[in-house]
Amino acid sequence: MPSFPAINRRTGPQCDGGALHPRWLRLTHWLNALAVIVMTTSGWRIYDAAPFFDFSIPRSATLGGWLGGALQWHFAGMWLLAANGLLYLCLSLASGRLARRFFPVSPRGVLADVGKALRGRLAHDDPRHYNQVQRAAYLFAMLDVIVLVASGLVLWKSVQFGFLRELLGGYEVARRIHFAAMALLVGFVALHLVMVALVPRTLLAMIRGR
Amino acid sequence: MRIFQANRSDAGLILKEARKILAPRLESPSRRAFLRNLTLGGVAMLSGCSPDDDVEHALSAISRFNDRVQGWLFDPNALAPTYSAEMITRPFPFNAFYSEDKAPAVREDDYALEVSGLVADKRRWRLGDLRAMAQVEQITRHICVEGWSAIGRWGGVRFSDFLDRVGADRSARYVGFKCADDYYTSIDMATALHSQTLLSLTYDGQVLPREYGFPMKLRMPTKLGYKNPKHIQAIFVTNRYPGGYWEDQGYNWFGGS
Repeated sequence: MPSFPAINRRTGPQCDGGALHPRWLRLTHWLNALAVIVMTTSGWRIYDAAPFFDFSIPRSATLGGWLGGALQWHFAGMWLLAANGLLYLCLSLASGRLARRFFPVSPRGVLADVGKALRGRLAHDDPRHYNQVQRAAYLFAMLDVIVLVASGLVLWKSVQFGFLRELLGGYEVARRIHFAAMALLVGFVALHLVMVALVPRTLLAMIRGR
Repeated sequence: MRIFQANRSDAGLILKEARKILAPRLESPSRRAFLRNLTLGGVAMLSGCSPDDDVEHALSAISRFNDRVQGWLFDPNALAPTYSAEMITRPFPFNAFYSEDKAPAVREDDYALEVSGLVADKRRWRLGDLRAMAQVEQITRHICVEGWSAIGRWGGVRFSDFLDRVGADRSARYVGFKCADDYYTSIDMATALHSQTLLSLTYDGQVLPREYGFPMKLRMPTKLGYKNPKHIQAIFVTNRYPGGYWEDQGYNWFGGS
C-alpha cells in the first residue's frame, strides 16, 4: 500500500508534509488515467461491432484491433479500473481527503462559481482549495465511474447480477447507460485537460506532488 | 533486410496497423492464424522477441483468470429472465461466421447424434428419440458478444435430462460439441446442468429451421451467443479442455452472462 501521512482533520492539509497531492493520490490518479484510456478505447471498438447510433468510432482511435482483442483489453482493464478505484475511494475516505476537499458542495454554490468563472473572477490562487465547480466536477467523475462499473457488470453478467440488471432497466437499457456514462466521462476528461492546459502547474502538482 | 532495420516500436506499429486493417476483412477461421503468422514473420525479421506477443500472452492469461472468476460467480440457481410471446424479436437475426445461404442442410434421415467421452451409454441418437423425451419451452434473450440482443422462443429437451439419460459423469469438467458447419465449442459442466440449458429442437413452435441450427442447437440463456452451438452432430464429456472455434482465436472461453 502506498504510504500516506496520517492526517489530522482539524489541521487539514498542512499535515500532508507540504505536498499538495500525497503519493497515493498521484499514483491512483495516473493508474486511473491509464485504466480510463484502455477502457474507453477498447470500449469504442466493442461498440463498433454493433453500433446503436448512426455512427461508428474511427478504428484508428480504438484499441484491440478486432472485437476479440478489444474484449480482452476491456476485460483486463476492468480489474485495474475497479481495484484502483476502490483503493482510491478507501484511502480518500480514510484520510478524510474526500470530505475535506469535495464537501461542502451545493447547487447554488456551483452556479455562483460558474458565474464567477464566466466573468473571469473565480479565484484559484490557493491550489489546496477546490472551488464549487471543481468539487462538483470531480464528484461527478467519481459517480460516473461508479455508474460505468455498475452498468458494465450488467453487460458482462446480466444473469448473475439480476438485481442490478433490473435496477438499471434491463440489458438493453444498461447498454445505453454504459455508453452515455462513457460519453460523459470523455466530456469530463476533455474539460479536465483544457483546465490543465490553462493552469499547467496543476499537471506538475499531480506529477511531483507540489 | 535494410528496410526492416527500422526501430522496434515502428515495426510494432506497422504490424499493429496491418492487423487492424486486415482483421475485420478476414472472415475465415484462418483469420487468427494468419494474424499470428504475420507477427511471427515480423519477429523473425527483427530477430528478437516481440512485445506484441508478450501483451497477447498477458491478455490471454487474464482471460483465463476471468474464466475462473466467472465459474466462481456462476450461481446454478440464478435464472435468466423469461419474456412474453409479444416480446419475441421478429425476424430473429441470423448470425454465424458464414452467410445465411451457407448454413448446412442436415438431412433428418441420415442424422444420428454421436455421444462420447465420459458417458455410460454411447448409443447414437435419432431425432425421434429426443422428441420422445419430456419437452420444455422458454422465451429468453440471446445476447451476442457484439453487444446486440434478441428475444427468441426455443423448445426441446432439458440438457441435464439428456446428460442423465446417457449416464454422463456429472463431475467431469467440460461438455464439448462438434457441429455440421465445422463449428465447435465447449462449456463448463455447471452450465450444462443449469435448468434453462436446452437441447433445443424447435424454434417458435416449429421444427428448428436450418438457419437457426437444424437439427439441434444447445440454447443457454446464461451464455453469450457464440457459446450456443448449432447443427450439433457430436456431444462429448471430458476433463480435457476442448476449446472452441472463436475461443481459440481469443474470445473468452466461459462467455457467460
